[in-house]
Amino acid sequence: MQVEEKELCCNSFLKGMRDGVPIGLGYLSVSITFGMMACGTGMPVWAAVLISMTNLTSAGQFAGLPLMLGGSGLFEMALAQLVINIRYSVMSFSLTQKLHKSVTLSKRLLIAFFNTDEIFAVASGQRGEVGARYMYGLAVVPYIGWTLGTLLGGVAANVLPDFLVSAFGIAIYGMFIAIFVPPAKKSRAVFTVVLIAAALSCVFRWLPALAGFPSGFAIIICAIAASVSGALIAPIGEEAVHSA
Amino acid sequence: MPENYYSLLFVMAGVTYLVRMLPLAVLKRRLENRFVRSLLLYIPYAVLGAMTFPAILYSTQYMAAAAAGLVVAVVLALLEKDLLVVALSACGAVVIAEAAIRYFGRMG
Repeated sequence: MQVEEKELCCNSFLKGMRDGVPIGLGYLSVSITFGMMACGTGMPVWAAVLISMTNLTSAGQFAGLPLMLGGSGLFEMALAQLVINIRYSVMSFSLTQKLHKSVTLSKRLLIAFFNTDEIFAVASGQRGEVGARYMYGLAVVPYIGWTLGTLLGGVAANVLPDFLVSAFGIAIYGMFIAIFVPPAKKSRAVFTVVLIAAALSCVFRWLPALAGFPSGFAIIICAIAASVSGALIAPIGEEAVHSA
Repeated sequence: MPENYYSLLFVMAGVTYLVRMLPLAVLKRRLENRFVRSLLLYIPYAVLGAMTFPAILYSTQYMAAAAAGLVVAVVLALLEKDLLVVALSACGAVVIAEAAIRYFGRMG
């Protein structure tokens, strides 16, 4: 078994910040919605902002909101968050293979805090391994966007014109497409994995029998089914995907 | 506001952090198994595919505008443009498409 020492290609804080801008823009529109929802249903602005600053997750926060406003039990809250957010453990698991060995435990503990779907996705899309400085840079704009959006949404329901809020809604998905299309163009295996995941996800969304299925669970099932298929059909090394 | 806001906040943030942190803290070594390595390699693309479709169609006010943004994003991504360029062009396409929809909607 040859052990290839992969070089660290990506450890610039500034490059991370730049790559984080589209994520931050996307988060702004989602967190404005969160802020408006939270404060529209009677939560003080500071409380909504504190949730965003400590959680940094969209689905979990939206799902946690009614529980929090209803003063639910702690166990119920823990279970709800576990179900919705369990997908992150899959992403963190995948990220362990992407981080350079210079990223020590204490750095990993910090990186874990901001390992959102989008930050994980952008980091994974980099060639080679990534370092802690890149990861920190990548998290800055999204964290500010997420916090600021919650504040803006909470303070004033209409800080942005509707048409801009609507347009920013697609920013995150445009970025996703920019990440997976180039490798999918070059690798039939990646293309197949994306296609299977997308098709399954449409089934979860549109099949009436599955309506109300928690979206965090749905994404995990789609992603695992698609990547298992990919690994069975085309078990290849990292180099093959990135240079195919 | 619930009386137990802080304990709920603590549980919420704590569980969210733990599911993110544990795999990163525990798994330090490189995995050798070819199947598992391929699996972990495909996961990001699978997650992206599942998160993008069909959610992108519901991400803006009008589905037709979102579809326009989707097409613009895919074309620019095929040309391997920068992340930010692709994302903002998709937003631009949505602004234009929604303006057109509103304009023709008023006429009709």
